[in-house]
Amino acid sequence: MHAGMSDLPIHIDQASVRAGDVTILDGVSLAIAPGKPTILVGPNGSGKSTLIRLCMGLIEASSGRITWGGRNNQGERCAMVFQRPVMLRRTAAANIDFVLASGSRSARDERIAQLLKQVGLERLRDRPARRLSGGEQQRLALARALALNPDVLFLDEPTASLDPAATKAVEDIIRSTSDAGIKIVMATHDLGQARRLAGDIAFLVRGKLTEYSTSEAFFTSPATPQAAAFLRGDLVL
Amino acid sequence: MSEGANAFDLIFSGEAKLYSIVALSLYVSVCAVALAAFVGFPLGAFLALSRFPGRSVLVVTMNAFMGLPPVVVGLVVFLLLSRSGPLGHWGILFTPRAMIIAQALLVLPIIVALSRQTIEDLWEEYRDELNAMRVGPVRCVVTLLWDGRFSLMTTLLAGFGRASAEVGTVILVGGNIDGFTRTMTTAIALETSKGDLPLAMGLGVVLITIVLAINAMAWGVRRVGELRAG
Repeated sequence: MHAGMSDLPIHIDQASVRAGDVTILDGVSLAIAPGKPTILVGPNGSGKSTLIRLCMGLIEASSGRITWGGRNNQGERCAMVFQRPVMLRRTAAANIDFVLASGSRSARDERIAQLLKQVGLERLRDRPARRLSGGEQQRLALARALALNPDVLFLDEPTASLDPAATKAVEDIIRSTSDAGIKIVMATHDLGQARRLAGDIAFLVRGKLTEYSTSEAFFTSPATPQAAAFLRGDLVL
Repeated sequence: MSEGANAFDLIFSGEAKLYSIVALSLYVSVCAVALAAFVGFPLGAFLALSRFPGRSVLVVTMNAFMGLPPVVVGLVVFLLLSRSGPLGHWGILFTPRAMIIAQALLVLPIIVALSRQTIEDLWEEYRDELNAMRVGPVRCVVTLLWDGRFSLMTTLLAGFGRASAEVGTVILVGGNIDGFTRTMTTAIALETSKGDLPLAMGLGVVLITIVLAINAMAWGVRRVGELRAG
């Protein structure tokens, strides 16, 4: 589908991230392969966002190793949407155009129109991006990320501050993106959302990958007491 | 009061002498700010985004130089451009070009210091997003300058305010030559000392009006821009 080498699978091998004396990620090993969405769950401060940033190459591991498609260097097949995406000070269409590196004006306009339609923002094409609602901004951030033609799309709590209607709109886009063959890796602390979207679940507590299993196995028969407690709604510290 | 009334008579009389002084003042100040911006914005962005030994010293120096005494700048430029100075062969002392260079040097620290702060703040907000989009360093700078354009416009206005209100530097390097290097501020100083208060007052009123008009225009552009770009 894309030119160039794929960034999948992503292999994380005994990766740790430390900031001073604080260990944020502690010897995490995980393989992210093509397929259904991988959802990172865990309490606040468990290292979900750090793991995503590590996979995106935004931070470096203090120890351990990470490879993308068997290479030590990350390619250009990863994209990310943040919890609070930064909208560039221009229109919605221009925000997408910003990441469309090449192509004729008409080809780019066509791609912009297609992406805006995909996220349901075609009528807001010329609206300043910063004047869109939170849900609209999140959908525009998804369109902007998809404009990079990624193999893998990282989402860091993309619906954390959205109402149910906006959350549903974002989840629908995530589902259709996954169906189109793009690997989704998403951090969330919303168990309902994890249940709705996940193919497999990585459960983190205090920087450690405590459990990694299929969604069905995780929700029906969690293998660790921490996961069972988390699913019951107990406080997992 | 009679000086004030005479000043307005002078402004509306269409006197060529007055308008040539106003035109030269605007030309010198606008060119100086443009020159300072051309150098200062990239330099401010570089200081905002890079980390190297001595950067803090440079940042503090630029901040301190916002209050650079104009006569000192004038003296340095005078020595550089005087016949026996290292740039004396340019032969531009006591010309508008010398005045532009001197004013640009005066405005440069303001542009560098304020744009560095603006871009550094914006970079804090944009860094992860631009890195995630794999944007290269040059494009990062261009993006930050563009997205910070409304704040940077205020930086330009601060620079223009400094340039247009300046007397000491342009007297030293321009010589206040009638019809050639006489600006509004130098003319006000001269006419006041000569006792020609109507002309001095008239020039003062024109100077304040121009500064107000330019600021109003910039405010309007900023409002329209913010409405259109968010």
